[in-house]
Amino acid sequence: MSVTGAGARVTGAGGRLESPAAAAERVITAILADFRSGRHRGVVVDSPPGAGKSTLVVRAATGLAVDGERLMIVAQTNEQVDDLVEKLAVALADQAPDLRVGRLGRAGYVPPPRLDGLPNVVVGSDLKSLADPDITVATAAKWAYVRDSAWRWAIVDEAYQMRSDALLAIARLFEQALFVGDPGQLDPFSTVENDRWRGLTWDPMQSAVAVLLRSNHDLPVHNLPVSWRLPRSAERVVADAFYPFTGFRTGNDDGDRRLTFTGRGSAGDLAGGVPAGGVPARGAGAGAVDDVLDVAAATGWGLLELPPRYTLRTDAEAVRAVADVTRRLLARGAVASALDRRDEHPVTAGQVAVGAAHRDQVAAIRAALGELAGDVVVDTANRLQGREYDVTVVLHPLSGRRDATAFHLEAGRLCVLASRHRQACVVVARAGIRELLDTHPSHEPVHLREPVRFPDGWAANQTVLAQLERHAVRL
Amino acid sequence: MRHEGKTEARLGRIRGSEPPRRHNARTIAALTSNPGCARRAVLDAAGVDKERLAARVGFPAAFGQSQFAIVRGNAFEKQVKADGCAELLRLLRELLGLDLEQATYRDLGAGETGDSLHPRHAAARAQLAGAAEGARPTVFDHPLLRLDIAGQEVYLEPDLVAFQHGGAFHVVEIKSFPVIDGQADGEKVAAAAIQSAVYVLALRRLLGRADAVSHEVVLVCPKDFSNVPVATTIDVRRQLLVLEHQLARLTRIDTLLDALPDDLTLDLAENGAGGPVVTAEALTGALGRVAARYAPGCLSTCELAFFCRREAAGRTATLGAGVREELGGVETIDEALGLAHGTLAPDEERAEAAAMLRTAARVYAEGLQAASAAVPPAPVALTADGEPAAPPGAGAGP
Amino acid sequence: MSAVEAYARLLAARAGAAQPVASVRHVHLSERPLVLVPLTMAGEANAPLAALVGTDERAPALLVVGQPRDRALRFAFASELAGILLAHVERCAAAGTEPVKPPKAAARQQPATAPAGRGAGRAGAAAGGLGGAPAGADAAGTGEQGTDGPGADWEAEAAPEPAEPVRFLDAPQVLVPNRAGIDFVRLFGRSTRFRATTGEHAVPAAVPVLGRWLTYLAGRAEHPGSASLVAMTEALTLHWATGQSALEDANLAALMAWIDPPAGLSGPEAALLAEDPVRWPPAGPATDPQFDNRVLAPAIRAYDAAAAGQAGSGGGDERLGEALAEIQRVARTQLEPTWRLMWRAVDRLRALPAAASAPRRWERDRARFTAYYSYLRDSDGGLPQARRDGAVAAARRLGALERELAEYEADRAFDDPLVLAGHRVTGEAFVGTVVGADRERRRPNERGSLVTRPLVQLRTVDPARLATGTRVRSPARPGQTGVTLAVEPADDGFLVVLELSGGMGRSKVPPPGSVPKVGETLAYTSLLVEGAFSAGLPAPEDTPWTHGGPPSPYEPAEQDARELWE
Repeated sequence: MSVTGAGARVTGAGGRLESPAAAAERVITAILADFRSGRHRGVVVDSPPGAGKSTLVVRAATGLAVDGERLMIVAQTNEQVDDLVEKLAVALADQAPDLRVGRLGRAGYVPPPRLDGLPNVVVGSDLKSLADPDITVATAAKWAYVRDSAWRWAIVDEAYQMRSDALLAIARLFEQALFVGDPGQLDPFSTVENDRWRGLTWDPMQSAVAVLLRSNHDLPVHNLPVSWRLPRSAERVVADAFYPFTGFRTGNDDGDRRLTFTGRGSAGDLAGGVPAGGVPARGAGAGAVDDVLDVAAATGWGLLELPPRYTLRTDAEAVRAVADVTRRLLARGAVASALDRRDEHPVTAGQVAVGAAHRDQVAAIRAALGELAGDVVVDTANRLQGREYDVTVVLHPLSGRRDATAFHLEAGRLCVLASRHRQACVVVARAGIRELLDTHPSHEPVHLREPVRFPDGWAANQTVLAQLERHAVRL
Repeated sequence: MRHEGKTEARLGRIRGSEPPRRHNARTIAALTSNPGCARRAVLDAAGVDKERLAARVGFPAAFGQSQFAIVRGNAFEKQVKADGCAELLRLLRELLGLDLEQATYRDLGAGETGDSLHPRHAAARAQLAGAAEGARPTVFDHPLLRLDIAGQEVYLEPDLVAFQHGGAFHVVEIKSFPVIDGQADGEKVAAAAIQSAVYVLALRRLLGRADAVSHEVVLVCPKDFSNVPVATTIDVRRQLLVLEHQLARLTRIDTLLDALPDDLTLDLAENGAGGPVVTAEALTGALGRVAARYAPGCLSTCELAFFCRREAAGRTATLGAGVREELGGVETIDEALGLAHGTLAPDEERAEAAAMLRTAARVYAEGLQAASAAVPPAPVALTADGEPAAPPGAGAGP
Repeated sequence: MSAVEAYARLLAARAGAAQPVASVRHVHLSERPLVLVPLTMAGEANAPLAALVGTDERAPALLVVGQPRDRALRFAFASELAGILLAHVERCAAAGTEPVKPPKAAARQQPATAPAGRGAGRAGAAAGGLGGAPAGADAAGTGEQGTDGPGADWEAEAAPEPAEPVRFLDAPQVLVPNRAGIDFVRLFGRSTRFRATTGEHAVPAAVPVLGRWLTYLAGRAEHPGSASLVAMTEALTLHWATGQSALEDANLAALMAWIDPPAGLSGPEAALLAEDPVRWPPAGPATDPQFDNRVLAPAIRAYDAAAAGQAGSGGGDERLGEALAEIQRVARTQLEPTWRLMWRAVDRLRALPAAASAPRRWERDRARFTAYYSYLRDSDGGLPQARRDGAVAAARRLGALERELAEYEADRAFDDPLVLAGHRVTGEAFVGTVVGADRERRRPNERGSLVTRPLVQLRTVDPARLATGTRVRSPARPGQTGVTLAVEPADDGFLVVLELSGGMGRSKVPPPGSVPKVGETLAYTSLLVEGAFSAGLPAPEDTPWTHGGPPSPYEPAEQDARELWE
């Protein structure tokens, strides 16, 4: 989702002539200058997947801290907060070892092991126990309970995942803020359906950034121009489908990211189990699984297409196929190389993620993966936001469906699933999605004065599918 | 060389001796509301009067407009357009921040009749194209536009106002539903948006330039509970996207026609003796040859929906997409119940749906039993034929 | 739509009769609900045409507007409706009060909200005419600034504890046929609450008060589980599944045809007849276009002619009376079938036993009623509700609605095994038999001291999909919480291991019966209301720059009172 017609777009993708690093540096310099200039109460940074958002946050924060400014940082989940605290602590230890990072947690919060032993981190459940650290980090929910304190500077991370009412609760704490986030990811949501606030600039169901920009038209909006994560093969499809107005480029070039297989594995790796009918699901299947992995290794994308069928969400055959692809990938000794990073390493289970739309699908895939489920990350799009892996295997949200709902069509969901990988992404789906999209009735209500959400989920799905179909292997 | 002649002749046979119904923005917009329905596509392409057809086959549509609504709609439109669109120009000036002192009004539809479409379209084209280069802001009323639909050139009912300033056009849609405290009925706005998008598209094609027509259309409605008009812009980029995609992919009507028997006809005309040319039974039979894609939503958008609903009886589609979703894509009610009660052995394709349905049947029966006993439920035994031993009451509750 | 509801629809389609999807009544029903069946005129913005209204099935009041485009006649209708609704409100207020336990101090982590600002003036000043204030009631809800209207978005205040020291024993309950009926109430409230009772555009004194109460009711209808304003179709579909789609269920007559078909007809047969607008006029507020064109239009023309004649000649009262009587007659033909249907539906619902938590939800309705009643009586209150929510009001309201929705869903699953069944299919709940129990198990807690945490193992054939660490509770043992330690496949189902806390008294060894015993069958659900946290939102006048800054204070404008309405 992106907000159109609001905010003043200041920087973005340059031409190809500029090196990726130079383009990114140019934008980051402009962002920091805008933020520190004091001319704007807010500065917004739109970041495509893997464009160095955390790096920017850490750089902006440490810069302020080193200059003697106190600041607060807001993230959305405890895991995000812990990640940031760790990165900040490491960065400060280098630059200014006497500065401290405060981690504000709920009562009873136990820091994860990775924060243990960081000498410049203090943890507490109230500000007093932190004793005025240089940088204080907490979730938006925790910040809402902080009283009688104020900061001149704030950084709000993952601001597009934040609902505007959460920002309303904490905006009193700071004077000016840097809002950083990925507009292509999933929007925040509410369990409540109510049209009462539609069209209001401060609609509490909208994201914090949407409301911020609609209420403050003159805030500068920057775009981080380079995705360091995604392979070149993903540039066009992800940029076209999900960032149609701003686009981005990848930091690597054609051929920089490679996936190779060192072994053949054995048929026994396809231990996806014997289906209910008692007929082994292998034979031709094993060939297709290897084929799609070969296609993905060569092109960065693979679509394993199962015969068309309307199924439950937990389509056993599709789940088995997802598990088989994952298993074979590891069994064949995949090696990831990244010339742009001068890096080559074997793809371990921890560097593979499996994504799906629903929790019950995740549970079914975990069960199908058996022991591997402990090492391979299997999760919903919601929970995969902000994370990255060498290779991802995705169960397409529309696979086996008769009707598409807004949930399944949501652009952010597909965007998250299709942009977590550094090397390659394999999508598993039933044939028939094209038909489903083409016959999808379009009759969502339209609300006056409500900004149109772009990209449109239906259109983004069409774009991605058109790309995937070029990399299809039929099972 | 296109097979226009052949297709036209074919569609003409389907329509029979009746004059064709003209496409309008609403019928084209309907292409996006159920794009998978071949029946609707063929009937609209042939220009068959669906409302009369529905009545003839015994399922009259429940549509119809109250004269109060028509009167009010006309009065409001007249008010907005009075004195050379004085009111409209005032709204446009405020909304778009324009200096429109010199604006003119041109009615391209005055005094025209339905049988001179080509010249009238040509005139509209000349006027609009000329204006696109001219400077003076102009309100064009009733321009006759044309659009290519599934290989057919169709004329649109000229029910629009196009406003030109500085060579750029805005489509203006005047509707009589109210905007109360800045909000309007989302369904009605959606219908207005897609219809406007049809006009935007037709206008763009006529002018040959996409950037000549804004994707922001102007919706004029009564404000709050008054007659005072208020203008709001609607961004129709999304509607344009869908519309262009559907028009581009729309199965060439020939392909649909090829699958139909050559002598298929839905002629609604009467013969000399005052009887029908085609009997109701024959009409019903002919309709049955063209596949429909019924969903409950059709009831509020398509004149034939009651016919199609009857035809779809027994299918899970009649219960709504949400219900069908929960049934794991099982096609008919009998199959779903058979799987749920174990009287129908599932094939491999439906093994999971069957397992889920059996669980649903079991916990439902247990729930009923628990409720009647008001004690924790115990597993319910199934009888030999798979029905729960304590079936839900045949009636409705206590 | 749960799988169980989908299955019940299949059964209903096969049986030709609606099937229960609830075993208890989740909606509170008053002894004397006020039934309201409104009709509007096509093409106009919520212009009333007629209504049947009352608390007695045999004696409804019929209100009609001879010429719905006539502003004065519309306000006469509003005034009549006000007479009925405000009397209903007063009756509820007169039913007595009960003391409210003071909220447990610091029981919740609830940041204090700064006192909200008040609007700068009073628009209607028409809150008079109500009965005496309840004993002991003092200042109630505080005003809150809206976007572009007077403040007092009183109802958005999400204070979890009632502000009043007492609570009325009754509250108004208004039943309308369908969702569009609720919209009618909301819009009619909107079109009347800003009217002035003095000056050039004066309306009858009760009209703006009616507007406030209708707005109050429509606001309550947004709250999950509230029974202050209920759409009958929604109350019915909460309890019965039909063999048709949800869209068709929105037609009250067709829905009741499945639930309570006339003798000799099956549900689908009766539903088909119910779709015929001649046989079953629509339940409103929109009328049947054919009725408009064939029946109503001539009647209104006759009325107009009579009115014109009267204006012209000064006489003709009789003709006008006849014309009005004709409009009343034709309106009655459109209203009465729905009126009877409403009361039949009430009877059907009343036959169900009330759900255990329904009285608690009704208590909240009564508390809000008490507070709003007092607010209108407050010398500093009585402002009409804002046109739109301001940023703070919106956020507060959303928070309240989300909490109440979670609570309502959890409560319904707890109260009703048929609702629970839906969650069993998705794996969020399960019913199992205890196959093992360790009643005396003790383990150290976070602070290292030993606490009693018995273990129970349950076998279930339900597809229990509960992640380790999920909190669950059983309707049979509401005071006790379980945490899943393991959910493992076991022949044909799952073995669930729960660690229990609570509901066992203070002794080291839980007393017998306080821990489930082997052989017991229990339901557990993971739909729980977790501690309701509410973010510390600013006072409206402190709305931050991120949300557009504080709204400008309201200045009553003449325009508010005038607002063209024709």
